[in-house]
Amino acid sequence: MNERLLDDTGRMQRFVDRFMSAVPHLQALGIGYVQSGSNWAELRMPYASQLVAYPETGVIASGAIFSLMDSAAGFSVFVTMGRFEPHATLDLRCDYLRPARPGEAVVGRAECYKMTKRVAFVRGIAHDGDPEHPIAHVAGTFMLTGAK
Amino acid sequence: MTTMPPYASMLGLVRSGATFTMPFSSHLIGSPGRLHGGAVAGLMEIAANVLVRDAVDEPEAALKPVNVTVDYLREGTMEDTHAEAFIMRIGRRVANVRVEAWQGDRKRLIAAARLNLLIVRPTPAAELPG
Repeated sequence: MNERLLDDTGRMQRFVDRFMSAVPHLQALGIGYVQSGSNWAELRMPYASQLVAYPETGVIASGAIFSLMDSAAGFSVFVTMGRFEPHATLDLRCDYLRPARPGEAVVGRAECYKMTKRVAFVRGIAHDGDPEHPIAHVAGTFMLTGAK
Repeated sequence: MTTMPPYASMLGLVRSGATFTMPFSSHLIGSPGRLHGGAVAGLMEIAANVLVRDAVDEPEAALKPVNVTVDYLREGTMEDTHAEAFIMRIGRRVANVRVEAWQGDRKRLIAAARLNLLIVRPTPAAELPG
């Protein structure tokens, strides 16, 4: 594993740039990279009027949070593998604990807590400033479609 | 008839009766040649929300998403995507909904979802007559 793609900062940046530029939907939602570790990744989605589901309050759509968390979870699978291996979301569950505060960016942090030959298990939270008071919890699985 | 929120416009959703369509657009792409799973989830969540909104008899009632679980059955290709929601049960406090999403062939689902929506009514049940 000493050939892992993500072991130095320059490579990490190129990896992230490639990941982001390959995903038009992330650009459409304004989702950007924050940080990552050996098996986790953090992405950030700035507040934007186009994300709003409830115009009377300015609260953003739960679906936008779902997109953020699907992406953060997928990214956590990438960093855990240390390379761009094709994978597909098998299922993802999102519990919406409370509405996101209007005007605040949402941070999505996901970890890949178990990886088998064909399946990656992920979990994560979304928050709008304080990770101790999450907006949402997610749990899901990804199929590693490149596995034989 | 419920008007659709800004996020639905961002996804480009169009309603035709019970069916919601998300016309293909390049900004929905998640990986080369495939739709982002989050966009499909967004389509299904909105289909469920609008269906329940229309089914709740009190216009002042607010809907709050409790949770959503999405099963991805096939990859979403660069085509229009459709979704139809079905209410399994609607009570005073909660609606249990399932949603199907497909592309060319109605029978070949690309995703299925289950959602629970909280119905927050201005009139508490205890104060209702009878």
